Amino acid sequence: MAQSPNRAPGLVSRYGADTAFMTFVAALMAFLYIPIWVLIAFSFNDSRSLTWPLSGFTLDWYVKLASNGDLLAAIRNSFYVATGATILTLCVGVPAALALHKVNFPGKTVFRRLILLPITLPGIVTGISMLNMFKLIGFPLSLETVILGHATALLGVVVTQVYARLQRLPKSLEEAAFDLGASPWRSFVDITLPNIRTAIVGAGMLSFVLSFDEIPVTFFLTGRDNTLPMYIYSTLRRGVTPEINAVGTIIVLLSLVLIVVSVVSTRDTKQK
Amino acid sequence: MAAIIELENISKHYSPTIIGVDNVSLTVEDGEFVTLLGPSGCGKSTLLRMIGGFETPTHGTIRLADKDVTWDPPYKREVNMVFQDYALFPHMTVGENVGYGLKVKGLGRLEIETKVHDALKLVGLFDKVKLRPQQLSGGQRQRIALARAIVREPKVLLLDEPLSALDAKLREQMQIEMKHLHEKVGITFVMVTHDQTEALVMSDRVVVMEKGRIAQQGRPQELYDHPASPYVANFIGTTNFLPGRVIRCTGERAEIEIGGGRLSAIVDAPLVAGSTVTAGCRPEKVRLLAEGETAENVLEGRVAEVIYYGLGLRLAVELADGSRVYTDSLLPDRLALSPVPPLGQSLRLAVEPHNVFVFEGEVTP
Repeated sequence: MAQSPNRAPGLVSRYGADTAFMTFVAALMAFLYIPIWVLIAFSFNDSRSLTWPLSGFTLDWYVKLASNGDLLAAIRNSFYVATGATILTLCVGVPAALALHKVNFPGKTVFRRLILLPITLPGIVTGISMLNMFKLIGFPLSLETVILGHATALLGVVVTQVYARLQRLPKSLEEAAFDLGASPWRSFVDITLPNIRTAIVGAGMLSFVLSFDEIPVTFFLTGRDNTLPMYIYSTLRRGVTPEINAVGTIIVLLSLVLIVVSVVSTRDTKQK
Repeated sequence: MAAIIELENISKHYSPTIIGVDNVSLTVEDGEFVTLLGPSGCGKSTLLRMIGGFETPTHGTIRLADKDVTWDPPYKREVNMVFQDYALFPHMTVGENVGYGLKVKGLGRLEIETKVHDALKLVGLFDKVKLRPQQLSGGQRQRIALARAIVREPKVLLLDEPLSALDAKLREQMQIEMKHLHEKVGITFVMVTHDQTEALVMSDRVVVMEKGRIAQQGRPQELYDHPASPYVANFIGTTNFLPGRVIRCTGERAEIEIGGGRLSAIVDAPLVAGSTVTAGCRPEKVRLLAEGETAENVLEGRVAEVIYYGLGLRLAVELADGSRVYTDSLLPDRLALSPVPPLGQSLRLAVEPHNVFVFEGEVTP
């Protein structure tokens, strides 16, 4: 590299720094993603034992998965819970953020901190306390109680995200809409909503993912039905099976789709 | 001309001690360009926002075209506002921004298109109709905000420090442009600014505000040449303030003793001999006397500072008692006033009696 005498001395060290940086980034990515690649590789391996080297290619585990009734039910339950919790938490969280933004009342700051509590609290505490409450009022445990529990725990995520976006929105935008003849409702739909849309979508997706792999709250609040993470956890006692690897691979794929969807749908008005 | 806005004893009390606007009455004629001028915190913006409906007064009545609108929300008033930060909707194109007020009104698509087209043409930005506000320069955004406000043909256009975000050169250009726009569309303009030049250049009438009250109002020239108080004299233009005492006052002519000499002044109201007053004069009305030249009000002093600003020269002249008088000379010829008087040189200044303001009492501007 340094054989050319014309080369500026700074260039060599800059090249060196770039290389070092790239190596670091590569190592970081490897650290994050190699386990996932291993999981995917083993899901196509034709041996039951998780040992290197891979012995051969098979789709057996995916076929088995498709006929495992318990597993499929757990996946269905997880989707049901995550969807329900996301919808519920958005329905409560977005209006709460709006109210928090609009209305001034004494103790507002305290309230804002309190609403954050469920995310800072360990899931175990939320789980136990909600369990106690449901028992107290004689509410039978089911997937719906799990939805309620998740929605409570996730409320903080939605409220903080949407509230932060609202705070960044200039007050004059809404005033300009009023000024141009729009009623409060109309100006909310035409002006405020489009400008906080990406925050709502983002918070919704985050809630979905968090609810999907949640264990502690689910553990306490579910009845006889199991969600996917609970199912995986319970089968682990018999060791990691390639079937679980196959499920993991499918979830990775779905997450990729979700990421693409989120990037596309939250792309702001900057382009064009 | 008929009154379009009538403010009657308007007050805005935030709390018993914090008063934003204090008993202001003001009438704006149809088609007028009125400017509310004052430093920040004088209540001018609050007054404008009350006309727009964004705030409500704690006392008083606001009438718009003979209709009491004091309690009407902004969307029920036939006024439109140009916001200080323009408040263009970032998720809409320029065309959609300008057309939004018409869409809300329920006009048809074709009609909206025609009106948006006309409004954008008026501000010279029709080629930007498909762009987003973020892709425009500050000056262009300003014009879009103007177009969006006038496209609804409001009875009154409110402008909240509309030029404050622009750089000096562009601001000067927009001052003239907005003045022309006002003449072209014939809508009443009410503008808020803290920039006295802007107020003088653009308005038919300037309302100077001080601590929530109107200090003085009038045509720009009236305010500049006949400031009613030291506050106004100091806020609009520059004024030399010279503390003094009345020696005698006969008719409209008063003799005043100041630290560095004597001044005679033409006054509107008789003054009591012996009373404390403050004399004031504009730097450009103070003239340098040539050697041997005589005049009525002569002040002698030494050059203490020379400030060159291209168009002219400002000299700070220190009088015998240590007070300073600024004098402006235009430099219409490159050779005028050359060489520039050196520091410390003795000079004689003169100011005509009708160019001297006299304010009662002592002033510390």
